[in-house]
Order: sequence, then C-alpha cells, then structure tokens
Amino acid sequence: MNQPCAQVALAAGQCDHWVMEPQENYVLRTVEERGVRLVRLWFTDVLGQHKSVAIPPAELEKVFEEGLQFDGSSIDGFSRVQESDVLARPDARTFELLPWARDDEPSGLMFCNIEQLDGSPFAGDPRQVLRRNLDRAHAAGFTFNVAPEIEFFYLKDADPRTQVEPMDNASYFDLTTADVSSDLRKTTQHMLEALSIPVEYSFHEDAPGQHEIDLQYTEALAMADSIMMFRLVVRKIAMERNVHATFMPKPLDGVQGSGMHTHLSLWRGDENAFYDPDQQYGLSTVAQQFIAGTLRHAREITAVTNQLINSYKRLNDGLEAPRWVSWARNNQSTLVRVPVVKPGKPAATRIEYRAPDPACNPYLTFSLILAAGMKGIEEGYELQEETRLNLFDQKSASEAGVTTLPRSLDEALYEMENSELVQEALGEHIFEWFLRNRRAEWESYSRHVTQFELDRYLARW
Amino acid sequence: MTTVLVYSDASANLGKVLDIGNFSWKAIDDVAAAGEFEPVNGWDGAVITVNDDTPEIAFNLAKTLRARENAETSIMLLVSADSLPELTDHTELFDEFCLTPFHPAELEARLELMLARTDGDSGETIISYGPLSLNVETYQAVIDGRALDLTYMEYELLRYLASQPGKVFGREILLSEVWGYDYYGGARTVDVHIRRLRAKMGEEHANLISTVRSVGYRFGQARWT
Repeated sequence: MNQPCAQVALAAGQCDHWVMEPQENYVLRTVEERGVRLVRLWFTDVLGQHKSVAIPPAELEKVFEEGLQFDGSSIDGFSRVQESDVLARPDARTFELLPWARDDEPSGLMFCNIEQLDGSPFAGDPRQVLRRNLDRAHAAGFTFNVAPEIEFFYLKDADPRTQVEPMDNASYFDLTTADVSSDLRKTTQHMLEALSIPVEYSFHEDAPGQHEIDLQYTEALAMADSIMMFRLVVRKIAMERNVHATFMPKPLDGVQGSGMHTHLSLWRGDENAFYDPDQQYGLSTVAQQFIAGTLRHAREITAVTNQLINSYKRLNDGLEAPRWVSWARNNQSTLVRVPVVKPGKPAATRIEYRAPDPACNPYLTFSLILAAGMKGIEEGYELQEETRLNLFDQKSASEAGVTTLPRSLDEALYEMENSELVQEALGEHIFEWFLRNRRAEWESYSRHVTQFELDRYLARW
Repeated sequence: MTTVLVYSDASANLGKVLDIGNFSWKAIDDVAAAGEFEPVNGWDGAVITVNDDTPEIAFNLAKTLRARENAETSIMLLVSADSLPELTDHTELFDEFCLTPFHPAELEARLELMLARTDGDSGETIISYGPLSLNVETYQAVIDGRALDLTYMEYELLRYLASQPGKVFGREILLSEVWGYDYYGGARTVDVHIRRLRAKMGEEHANLISTVRSVGYRFGQARWT
C-alpha cells in the first residue's frame, strides 16, 4: 500500500451543526473499547491501486466531523492543476478491525469517499463514480448484485528478471495434501471471512499455480470494497510465506490467464428482476435488455474492464477467455453466459460477464457494466439470438458474423474514446485522465523491443 | 431528571399532580413544539389528552413520538368515557391510559408505574441470550467470553434480533428496521449479513440464528406459543 504524501492537515470546520451518526459513534466506542492504536483510511486511485493513510484514534472524531484533507495531486487520476487538495470522508459502515494486526496493537480500517473541499463528490474518486451509477439504477428501482470469480497465480517470487515460476504443478480442482498453495488459500479464506467477505468456493484452477476464489453475491458497492480488500489479503498472506500472489491477467505463456468472471443480477426489493418463469430460460425482459446492453456496448467498456496491455494477452489466448461479443446459456466461449439455474431457485437467475480480469478497477468496471446494461433497459434493446457454436473455433465464429472484443489496449481505447456511454458513466474527469494515461502506456509499449522480436528477427534478418 | 411532555387541556389540576409527583414537565401546543422543546435526552413520558371532537390530533402526536429514531417516550392518553372506544384501533400508540375526569392519586400512580416500566427497558444495557451478550452502551458483543469483531451493521442486526428472541423477521422488515431506507443493497444484504454473523460467532454458535424458510430469520429458540 502506498501512503499518499499527505500533508495531513484537518480541514477547517465548515459545518456548524454536525450531528454524529450512530455508526460513527459505534466506531468511536469500538476504537476505545478495543484499544485500537491506528485507524487506516482506505481509498482507490483511478487505476484501482489501493491507497491508505493512517490516523491515530484521537483524530477520529474530528475526521468524522470535518474529513481528512490531503494533497491529491500525487494520486493517479486525482491530479488537477488548480485545486489539488481533497477531503477523505470515512464511511463508518465499512469499519472493520484488521484481523492480522497484533493483539497489542489493534488496528481498524474504513473505506473513504473523496470529496472536494466544498463537500461535493470528487470526480476523480472511483468509489463516488460507482455510487453515482448505483444511484441511477436505484432511482429506476433496481439494486445491483454482483459476484466475482477471482483468479490469480501463486508464484515463487516477483522478480521480473527471472523466469516466472508457479508455486505448484497441480490442476483444476486438484486436492494435493502437500500443496503449500492450498494451505495458503485456506488461510486466506479464513482471513476473508473475518473481514466480512463471504467466500462461495475456492479451488485450484487449470494452470499450475493458478487458484480461484469465488465470492458470494452482494450489492456492488460492498463488493467493490471487498475486492480491494481481497486483493490485499491474498497478497499479504502469500507474502508472509515468501510467495508472490499476482493478479496480472496473463503471467505465463501457454496456459490460461486470470479472469474475473462477474455474475450479475438486478433486484427489485425482494425479487430478482432477471427472473420471469413465463419467458424462455426464465429470463425476464429486463434481463434480456440488460444482456443486449452489455453486448452492444462491450467493445466500448473493454478498456476499463481490461486495462492492462497484458489483459489482451489473456483475451487473445484462445484458451478460456471470451473473444466474441455474443451470449449463450452454457457455452464458455461467449462474452455473456447465462448459467442454467436449478428449478425452484429463481434467486439464482443471473448473467455472467466474462471479460473483466482481476487487475481491473472494480468500482469503474461495475459502473460501466451497469451503465451498459441499464442503457439496454432504458432504450429497450432487443436481444440477439443465442450463440450455439463453439466460438473458440475461430472459423465458425467469423462465419456466424460475430464481432470480437478489442484485440489490444490500443483498439479498446479507440472504442472508448468514441463512447458517450462511457464518458457519461465515468464522468469527464476520469474519462479523460484514463484515456491519457492508458494511451501513454500503449505508446511506451509500442516503442519497446520485446524478447519475442529478438528471438525471431535478430539472427534471420 | 424525568421530563414529561404534556399536550393540551393542561388544566391546573394536571399541572398540580405533576408538580406534586415531582415530575419536570412542559406543556406544548402542537406537534412541532414536541420537537422544538424536546430535552437533550428526549422526553421520558408524554401525557396527551384525547379531545372528544378531534381525537386524531392526539393520535397524530403519539404517532410522531413513536416514529422518532429512539422512540423511548412512553405515552399516556387521557380519554373520556365517550372517546374510550377510539383507543381500540390505536393500541400501538400508547402505553397507558387514564379516564377523565381523573382522580389525582390514580393519575400519579399510573404515571409513575408507566415511567418505571419503561425505565427498566431503556436502562437495560446488556442483552444476553445463552453464550451471547451485547452491551448496548459500549457496542461490544461477546460470545463465550470472546469479543466479536463486528461491523456496525452486523452489530445492529444482531442487537435487533437478539432483543426479540424467538420472533421471526422477514428480510424486508429487517432491511427497513435495521438499515433504513437510505441504502443501496436490497434484501440480499440481509442474507449476506446473517451469513457473516454466523461465521463470526463460530460454527458452534451459528445456529443461534436460524433461517425460517421463505419467511426470514429468527434468533434463539422458537416461541412455543
């Protein structure tokens, strides 16, 4: 975690009649009762990197009241020429005691919303972007529930100069008693539960050293926070055992990369709005239009759901990643899969959007998938026919006239640049910063001479 | 100090009874004034006269007092024999009533009993059930002597359930009572929090909260009534 170079000055009080919320009182009492020595305030930069600033408990009440003022200009995507100071406002409902803190030095954590000094949401804060998009869905009567399947690799070390070496040589669902990584995964799972992150399954994935942990579905803001916490916990537990955990989408040649298949559903109160027993496959009109929305705008949102140059090595690998913009019920090669639901389980009706990878910014990724789906509902998009072909076979896909996801970050950025939907959902500030930042990344990559080129060309040409 | 709200018809007689009983009291004229003059620690009690011609005014005031976040004000209605039948439809709005014209000694006794009853409730700082105990003042939860690390919403949910053991609550009720309307999460949020609470209480205690199929959740043993 990087500490923002915070001139941690407290903002001048602007609110004359601040009334403490019960959840803030809860945090203050708990901090006192449990002898908490340090409270970590967490937030996220535009690319989804975790940021943290720690305050002593004595400052907590003041921070609740006034926010914590810091210079945001050195945070990626926060920079602005004129006003660089912003306020971190801790969300007291997210308060947790850190399960790994030592007994004699308990620490707590809270996620923050970032505000401008006048108290309005800061446009560069991904959490605020997601809140704004959720508010929109909420106004239309919907709750957005999400469940990600997060894949990652355990590697022997993080040194890019040595050959990338996985921790084990097991495969899908393998149970190996002497397997260091399954012990790691188990410890991680306990830690996640202690942090209120319920795990659905965890297992060994196809590739050597590759693991998957699936989280139980919940509303999108809580889930995005959970994913930030998840990535930290996985890496931290691995690090304690001198193992490197990576969410890089495609660290190894020749084996599948790591994805973050994301299961989604919209709810109206107690009811799953994706479910309608009278329609084909139990998919309501809302669900069909939502799928149509994600398909129509998939190419535009890919730069965000897959933001690294390396992300496209996974999407292009022809292994299990989706390349084709299409949907099907039980076909792993399509972008959107509609899992077959056991009879009598309407709550489980959902769609699975398979493009994102675990290196994405979850706040922005959920914002854009939601915005694309909601667009489909608002405009009444018609859902195209289900794909019945195996699209891992390229020939049959081209014959079926199915378009592909962008083949590179460059192509994805081009699509994003022309997207009104993305611009509106992210807001001008992040939209422009993201394009600028990712373009620069692409430019520096395209000038770079790779090992691949040296191997192929140096001797022959 | 016990502070009592008095609404209308605050006849000299009523004032005298309250003074003799050593209650601190404040007469108010309308619903808005109930908020305006509310003491820092809230009203401990309210004595509200039901007017024979316009009984709804009294019921509205009682409703307002009940609807507030920490609705700990106990309410006594003063009602004439003619208006007595009106009460049957509003039993949730009062804790005690007294017929008018009242006997000063009876009024004082009933008022004291009412305040003593609710005093006992609101003064309860420990909710305990089996191995679990919750301190509502320090917000700490302990199971088998082990402190539970809970988020605010987990704590509030557990407190709500544990304060009414045996009762079954639907998800929508829990959502509106514990989370309030200002929340993104739908009913699923409740399931997620129940799941977390069970995990944090530990396997041996997870069954303190049981799932009642297609209804909701219950804390503790089922009521046999």
